[in-house]
Amino acid sequence: MEQQFESATLGMWVFLLTEIMFFGGMFCAYTVYRSSYPEAFASTSQHMDPLWGAVNTAVLIVSSLSMALAVRAARLGQQKALQILLLVTIFFGLCFLGVKAIEYHQHWVENKVPLIGGHWDYSEEPQFARQAQILFCFYFFMTGFHAIHMVVGVGIMLTIFAMARKGVFSSSYFTPVEISGLYWHFVDIVWIFLFPLLYLIGHTKKIF
Amino acid sequence: MHSIPSVRTYFLIWITLTVMTFVTYLVAQIDLGGWNIVVALLIAFFKMMLVILFFMNAKAESPLTKLFAGAGFFWLILLLGQVLIDYISRTWMPEGKMW
Repeated sequence: MEQQFESATLGMWVFLLTEIMFFGGMFCAYTVYRSSYPEAFASTSQHMDPLWGAVNTAVLIVSSLSMALAVRAARLGQQKALQILLLVTIFFGLCFLGVKAIEYHQHWVENKVPLIGGHWDYSEEPQFARQAQILFCFYFFMTGFHAIHMVVGVGIMLTIFAMARKGVFSSSYFTPVEISGLYWHFVDIVWIFLFPLLYLIGHTKKIF
Repeated sequence: MHSIPSVRTYFLIWITLTVMTFVTYLVAQIDLGGWNIVVALLIAFFKMMLVILFFMNAKAESPLTKLFAGAGFFWLILLLGQVLIDYISRTWMPEGKMW
């Protein structure tokens, strides 16, 4: 059993490595364009609300805490605690997606959605119109792929919850809880980097 | 079997992560010039290490799993490093232009 558990964990880490490279490619391309068009970037970041970003970071960190506690409960064979903590994790995952939906709606209303006819307008700083379009594309692709990962994560957690209700897990068998927890934490880590890069940089307001 | 961290440990890590989120939000509003991004990424890296070591419990994994996790970051550094060396050094050439 111990060896089975270890190979499952190792397999999950290998999958997460492919995910690191997937997001890494986007982070890399983003860094190149950001360093090429710093002024346009400073202009676009005025349209991101760092407060929403910070709230969502906090929400994801709480969900990571409840996930870690759920894995702990599964290891100790605490069935009731495991189910409750999985539901808490799902709840905060949905909160994150809700906030993201509010933000996307805001961009849609402000006509800051590139590539979709009629929803792109950058007339306030026309000199950056084309470069800003590139940077908004990065924003939507990076947060969009992250949001898709969140949706998948919520789906996985619902499956794990259904399994937990059937009493599949015990203190001697909790591998699915453990490896889906790894996935959940990974998605949290991606956001930990997206938050400063997309929301905070270039957003100096001098409040002090 | 793996050692099971206490609930207290998890809550301490959670509090640290939340405080660091607040700190990075506030620091971003102070104009540090080029240092803003350095500070933001250092804080993000610190948060990532806390999540990996404690929430994902990588400390307790087998050496092989640790090696695989480390290898991922090694390849990521190669990817970012090599590409950035190219783009940064382009402007060093005479008459150098970014594109």
